[in-house]
Amino acid sequence: MIHSLFLVNASGDIFLEKHWKSVVSRSVCDYFFEALERATEPENVPPVIPTPHHFLINVLRHRIYFVAVIQSEVPPLFVIEFLHRVVDTFQDYFGVCTEAAIKDNVVVVYELLEEMLDNGFPLATESNILKELIKPPTILRTVVNTITGSTNVGEQLPTGQLSVVPWRRTGVKYTNNEAYFDVVEEIDAIIDKSGSTITAEIQGVIDACVKLTGMPDLTLSFMNPRLLDDVSFHPCVRFKRWEAERILSFIPPDGNFRLLSYHVSSQNLVAIPVYVKHNISFREGSSQGRFELTLGPKQTMGKAVESVLVSSQLPRGVLNASLSPSQGTYTFDPVTKLLSWDVGKINPQKLPSLKGSVSLQTGASKPDENPTINIQFKIQQLAISGLKVNRLDMYGEKYKPFKGIKYMTKAGKFQVRT
Amino acid sequence: MLGMSANSVSYNDQGSVESGVDAAQENSSIPGSISSSSGAAFSLFSADYKKNEDLKEMLESSKESLKLEAMKRIVGLIAKGKNASELFPAVVKNVASKNIELKKLVYVYLVRYAEEQQDLALLSISTFQRALKDPNQLIRASALRVLSSIRVPIIVPIMMLAIKEAATDLSPYVRKTAAHAIQKLYSLDPDQKEHLIEVIEKLLKDKSTLVAGSVVMAFEEVCPDRIDLIHKNYRKLCNLLVDVEEWGQVVIIHMLTRYARTQFVSPWKEDAVFDENSEKAFYDSEEERKVEQSNLYIMDPDHRLLLRNTKPLLQSRNTAVVMAVSQLYWHLAPKHELNIITKSLVRLLRSHREVQYVVLQNIATMSIQRKGMFEPFMKSFYVRSTDATHIKTLKLEILTNLANEANISTILREFQTYVKSQDKAFAAATIQAIGRCATNISEVTDTCLNGLVLLLSNRDETVVAESVVVIKKLLQTQPSQHSDIIKHMAKLFDNITVPMARASILWLMGEYCEHVPKIAPDVLRKMAKTFTNEEDIVKLQIVNLAAKLYLTNSKQTKLLTQYILNLGKYDQNYDIRDRTRFIRQLIVPNEKSGALSKYARRILMAPKPAPVLQSAFKDRDRFQLGTLSHTLNTQASGYLELSDWPAVAPDQSVRNVEVVEPVKEAGAPALRKSKPAKSHEKFYSDSEEEEEEEEEKEGSSSEDSSNSSSEESASESESEENSGDSNRSSSSQSEKSSSESDSEKKKKTLKNKKLQQQKPDSKDRKQKNGNAVKVESRSESESGSESSSSESSSESGSELDSDSDSGTDQKKNTKPKPVQSKAVIKQVEKKEVSLLDLDDFSPAPVTTPKSSILSPNLLSDLQGLLISPTTSALQASFPVFVPETSHELLHRMTGKGLSGQYRFTRQPCIYGNSMVSLQLTLSNSSDQALENIHISEKSSTGQNIHRFNAIERLEPQASVTVSMGIDFNDSTQAANFQLCTKEDEFSVSIQPAVGELLLPITMSEADFTKEQGKLVGMNESSATITMTPENLSSQSVNRKVVSVANIGVIPSSQENIYRFAGKTVSSGSLVLVSVALKDPDAVITINTEKTVMSSMLLRQFKTALTNSSP
Repeated sequence: MIHSLFLVNASGDIFLEKHWKSVVSRSVCDYFFEALERATEPENVPPVIPTPHHFLINVLRHRIYFVAVIQSEVPPLFVIEFLHRVVDTFQDYFGVCTEAAIKDNVVVVYELLEEMLDNGFPLATESNILKELIKPPTILRTVVNTITGSTNVGEQLPTGQLSVVPWRRTGVKYTNNEAYFDVVEEIDAIIDKSGSTITAEIQGVIDACVKLTGMPDLTLSFMNPRLLDDVSFHPCVRFKRWEAERILSFIPPDGNFRLLSYHVSSQNLVAIPVYVKHNISFREGSSQGRFELTLGPKQTMGKAVESVLVSSQLPRGVLNASLSPSQGTYTFDPVTKLLSWDVGKINPQKLPSLKGSVSLQTGASKPDENPTINIQFKIQQLAISGLKVNRLDMYGEKYKPFKGIKYMTKAGKFQVRT
Repeated sequence: MLGMSANSVSYNDQGSVESGVDAAQENSSIPGSISSSSGAAFSLFSADYKKNEDLKEMLESSKESLKLEAMKRIVGLIAKGKNASELFPAVVKNVASKNIELKKLVYVYLVRYAEEQQDLALLSISTFQRALKDPNQLIRASALRVLSSIRVPIIVPIMMLAIKEAATDLSPYVRKTAAHAIQKLYSLDPDQKEHLIEVIEKLLKDKSTLVAGSVVMAFEEVCPDRIDLIHKNYRKLCNLLVDVEEWGQVVIIHMLTRYARTQFVSPWKEDAVFDENSEKAFYDSEEERKVEQSNLYIMDPDHRLLLRNTKPLLQSRNTAVVMAVSQLYWHLAPKHELNIITKSLVRLLRSHREVQYVVLQNIATMSIQRKGMFEPFMKSFYVRSTDATHIKTLKLEILTNLANEANISTILREFQTYVKSQDKAFAAATIQAIGRCATNISEVTDTCLNGLVLLLSNRDETVVAESVVVIKKLLQTQPSQHSDIIKHMAKLFDNITVPMARASILWLMGEYCEHVPKIAPDVLRKMAKTFTNEEDIVKLQIVNLAAKLYLTNSKQTKLLTQYILNLGKYDQNYDIRDRTRFIRQLIVPNEKSGALSKYARRILMAPKPAPVLQSAFKDRDRFQLGTLSHTLNTQASGYLELSDWPAVAPDQSVRNVEVVEPVKEAGAPALRKSKPAKSHEKFYSDSEEEEEEEEEKEGSSSEDSSNSSSEESASESESEENSGDSNRSSSSQSEKSSSESDSEKKKKTLKNKKLQQQKPDSKDRKQKNGNAVKVESRSESESGSESSSSESSSESGSELDSDSDSGTDQKKNTKPKPVQSKAVIKQVEKKEVSLLDLDDFSPAPVTTPKSSILSPNLLSDLQGLLISPTTSALQASFPVFVPETSHELLHRMTGKGLSGQYRFTRQPCIYGNSMVSLQLTLSNSSDQALENIHISEKSSTGQNIHRFNAIERLEPQASVTVSMGIDFNDSTQAANFQLCTKEDEFSVSIQPAVGELLLPITMSEADFTKEQGKLVGMNESSATITMTPENLSSQSVNRKVVSVANIGVIPSSQENIYRFAGKTVSSGSLVLVSVALKDPDAVITINTEKTVMSSMLLRQFKTALTNSSP
C-alpha cells in the first residue's frame, strides 16, 4: 500500500524520508514539486498526483506536505486518512507538528512510523497503544534515559492490541478521577450582500478528557437528542444502544479523545450571532476606494461574543489601506493583500467599526467584485443549537468521579459576501 | 572529494581526530559517563565519512548508551536520506542486543540496507530465528516483521517456513504479522504463490478480529481471483466486520463488494438501471414498484447480511471507512436504499481539504446518475471564497449536475456570484457550467444566453473568451433567432485577443453567414489583413470562413478568398497549407477537380448537430467508486475490475459453513468454545442446514474417489504441524507448548471425526478397510438426527479427556482402544506415534558427531527450519550422521597453487529446495595472493548451480570455506563447472555419491510399512548378504547404513529389522530401506520409484555391510 513517505517543508526541501518497502528514490518527488510550482496557492496542489510509475498522495498540514508514494490501486481516502492520523499522532507526541519538532525528535518519529505501518499497511494507529509502545518524549525522561540508559520503548505488547477494547489500556490509575466533556459547535454560514442567510448549518463535536481509574463504563444522555441529525462516533461508542435509546454508552479511552461529532439537522433555523454592516466601494477612474465595516451582535442568547477576528482578501489591484479601527488592531499585508482585524470582544453598547480608505494601483481598473469577509468568533457557555447534556453516569467502578460539561460556540466557515 | 578531505585531515584535522577519539575512549572508561558530552566532541567534525568513523567506534564500544547514541544518529542520517550503508557490519553486530530500543533501531537500519548488503544481512538471520521462538509475543512478532522485511531472495525458504509457523501461533498478534509477511514474501518471490495461498486459506479461517483485516489484505494482493476461498468465510467476515480495526474494515469492505457482485443477482430492476428518466418514474410510483419488485426479486439473505452489517460503519470517524461503505451501497444496494449514504458523505465534506477533494469527486459521479440523492443538500456544495481551486471546480460540477427546473434559478443566482470571483479560472469554469445548465434545461436557455452576452463586455479576457466559446455552442442549437447576438459578437471581435474565442466567432460567422450577410464579408476583409499574425487555429477558421462565403456570396468575396488561399498556401504550418490546398480544390472548379467540387456546398454547409455539453465525470462510473483509478480516471495498476451482476445467482450453499474450527488461542478449553459457535451457526435458518446435509449426501458419491486422498492429506498435514510443535517443545520442554499440541491434537481428532461424518456411505472405503463398516453405520445415523454435531463432539470430547488425563504418560495412548472402530484408531495411533518419534529422535542430532570442519553457522541454524515444501507431508529430519571425509575438487598442481576440496554437509540446502548442499574449502598454496576466485557463469552439464560469491582475494597459505548448492536432478552425473581465478580457469567436476542425493525423513513404523506396501514390484529391489559378525549389532548396522546414505532411522518394533527412510533431494521421491537380519544372513530391501538409484544404493550397502572394517 504505502510505499514511502516524504516530508516536504514550505520551501520545498525534503527533510525526512521513510520507506516501508524497497527504497524509492527521492527524485520521485520532482513530480510533486512540479505540481507545487504550478499551483498558485499552497492549498491548490492536487492531493493525488500520477507519475509514470507511482502515485503521489499528499496532505498539507502545518505548512508541511506529507507525500506518500503509492504503487498500485488503493482507496485514496485510506492513504489520506492515514496521513492525517500521522500528523495527529505527531501533534499528540510533540505538542506541535512543525519541521523543527520533527527534526528534533527524528528517532521517535522513526519509531512511530515503524509501528504505525508494516509493509505499508497500518498496524497500530490508536494513540493509546502507541504510547505504550513508545513513550512520548519529555525533558525529564530524556535526562533520566541519558543517565540510566533506559529506553523509550516498551517491552510488552500493549494490552489494548489484544483486548476487546483496543483503545483503552489496562491498569489505569488516578488519584483524582475526573471526566470532562466539551460540547463545541461551529456555525458554517454564507451571508449575502443584503445580510440574508444563503446557507447556514451547525456542526458539533464532543471532545472528552477522561482520567478515570480502572475500566469505567459511562453513559451520557441528552435532553434533546432529536437535534442530532447525523453522527459519527469514536469506536468505543456502542452503536446499538444509540440506535435504540439515543444514549451514548461507552468504555472511554484514557486521556483526550473525540467522542462524537454531529450535524444538526438543516430543518432547524440557525441563529446567526453576529451581523456585519459594510460599505466597500471603488470608483471608476479614482485611485481611492471607501472601506467601512461595522460589527454587531445578533441572537446571542445574552452571551458575549468574544475573540472576534475579521479577515478579508482584498482585490489584487489594492495597493494599500489606511483604516482606523474603533477597537482592536488591524494589519494589511501588501503582498498577499490580506486584511485582518483583530476585534476582540463585541461591546453591544459601542459597536466596533473599521473605517478608512484603500488606495488602488494607478491605472488599475476598478475591481469588479467586492471582497468576501471571513469572520471568526467564540461564544462561551452556549451551544447554539440548544443541545444539552442530561446526565452522565458511571458503572463498573466504585469511586465517585468528578464530572464537568462545557459548552462553546465558534464560527466555522463564516463568510459574508459584500 | 574524498581525496580532498583526506588531505585536510593530513595537515589540519588529524590532531583533533585523535584527540576526539581519545576523549571518547576516556569517556567510556569513566563509569557513568554522559554520552552527550562525547557526542558533542564528535559533532565537532563536519565531514561525513569521518563522522561515520566515529559512529563505528561508538557502535563497537562496550557501553550501551554510546551504542544507542550512535544508532540514533544513524537513524537521523537515514531519515535525511544520507547513505549510511558502510556502517552495516558495525551495526549488524548489535542485532542481538538486550536493549530493546537499540534493537529496534538496528532493525530499522537492517530493513533499510539489507537489500544492498545481502551477504552481511545473512549474519543476522539466526538471531531472528531464535527470536521467532521467544515466549514474548511482541518479540516473536517483531522478529517476523524484520525477517520478512529483509528483501534478500536467499532467505525465501526461511521466510516461508517462519510464516507457516507464525500462522499457527497462539498469539493473534503474531498471526497478524504473519499475514503481513505473506505480502512481503509474495513481492519478493512470486513463485511462492501456491504455498502462500495455503497459508492465506488457513488464516482466513481465523476468528480473531485482529487478523481478519490483514489476511484479507494479503488475499487481495496475492490471489484476488480466488474468490472460492471466501465462500466459507463470508458470513464470518460480515459478522466480525464491526469489530475489526478501521483499516481492516476498508479492505474487507472493498473485497466483499467485489465478492458480492459475482455471487448475488442484481437488486436493480432491469428498466430502472442508471437512468434519470426512470428514476423519476421510480419516485412517482414508489409503492407500486415495491410491490412489483417483491414479486420479482428476493434478495439473497447473505446479500442482506452484508448490507445490514456495513450500515453502522457509516457512522465511523474514519473517512475511508465511510467512503468504503458508501461505495458498497452504491454498487450493491437496491436503489431505494441508497439515500442513507447521502448524509454521511455530506458530513465528510467537513473534513480536511484532501478528504473533501476525493469525496466530492465521488459525489460528482453519483450525482450524474442520481440527482435526487444530493438535491436536498445542494447548499452544502456552495462555493466559499476560501476553498482551493480544485474543490471549487468540483463543487461547481456537482451543482451543475444537480440543476433542474425547480432549482435552476437558485443555482444561477449563485453562479452569478462566482462569475465575479477574483479567481478567474474559476469564473471561466462557472461560465461553462452556465452553458451546460442552459443546454440541459431548455426553459432557461434564453436567460443564460442573455446573461452570457452581458459577460461579453466584461473586462477580463478569460471571462469573455469563455463566454464566446459557450455562446457559440449554445447558438448552434437555435441559430436563426439569434442573429443579433452574432452581430454583437462581430462587433466585439476586434477587442478579443484569446485565439480560441476569435476562432469561435469566425466559425459562427461562417456557419451562419446567411443570417448576417452584410457583416460576414467585412469580417473576412479584416481578417485578410491580419492573417499572417494570427494563431494557427484562427488561421484555419479564416480559411473556413472564406470558403463558406465563397460558396454563398461569391460575388463579394471571390478575390478576398483567393488572396487568403494564397496566403495559406505559403504558411509555415503544414496543417494550414494542407487545409488551403484541400479547400481550393473543393470550391474552385477547374479541370483537375473531380466530382467532389459538385458537392462542395453540401460538404461545407452541412447542418451540424449541436454539441452535447456534458459532465467530465460522465465516463468515470466505469471505475469502482472510492478507488484511486476513479480519482484519476485512468486505470491504476492493480485495479480490480468490478464484475457485472451474474444473470443467475451461483450456488448459495457454498457459503454454508460445515466445519467449525475451534478458536486457537483458547488452548485447552477450545472444545467448549467451539460449541456456542456452532449454535451460533444455527442462527442461519434450519432449512439451510438441511440443504447442507442433502447436499452432502448428494456430493458424497462423487466425492468417494477423492475421499481417501483428502483424508490422507489431512492426516499428513497434521503430522507436519505436530512435529513442528514438538520441535518447539524439544528446545524448551515448556508445559505451554505441550498443552498446545494437546489442544491441537484435539482439534485434529475432531476434524477427523467430522471428515468421516461427512461421507456417510462410501462403498469404496468399506472395501478398503473392511472393518470400517461400524463407523459408517454410526455416522449415518448421526447425520440423520439434528443433534449429530453435538453428539459427535461430546463423544470425541470424552476421548480427548482421557488424552489430557494421561498427559505425560503417552505410551498409554498408543494402545488403541479396542472398542473403537479401526479407522478412528488408525488416525489416533498415527498421530501418537509421530509425536513419540520426535520425542525420541529429535535429540539425535545432538549426539551425532557435528562436523568439526568449518560448517557455516548459518547452515546449522537453518537446519531446524528447513524442509522442502514440495513434500510437506513428510517431516524432514536432521542427518543422523555427517561424514567428515572430503573429496578433492582441484589439486594444487593442476590448479597452479589453488587447491579445492569439497564435502557434503548433508544439510538441507539454503539456496534451493532441490539442491544438494556442499561445502568447498579453497586454499592457496602458491606464494602469491589469488584474486577474484569464482565459478564461471556457464555450467557445462546443465545442472542448476548456486555459486558462492566471488572471493576477492586469497592470501598465500590461506584457505577459505564457502558453501554452494547443486541441483543434481537425482542423478549421479557429475556436475562440471569452471572454477576461475583472475588469471586462470580450471575445469572441475563434482561427482556425488548416490547416498548424498537423499535427505533423511522421519515417519512412523506404520507409515513406513504402508508406504512400502505401495512401492512393490518394479520399485522394490533386494539382496541377501552374509553379514560379518561384528556388524551384527544394531548400532553398527545403523552406522554403516547412514554413513553410506543420508537417510533417517525409523523406530522399529521388531528386533531384527532395521528401517531407514529418506527422500531424494530434487524430486522428493521416497527411498525406503530395510535390513532384516537372519543370522548370519541379512536381506536388504530398497523401495523407491528411482530404480537406478536403488540398484546403486543396494550395491553400496552390500559393500558397506559386508566389509568388516568399521
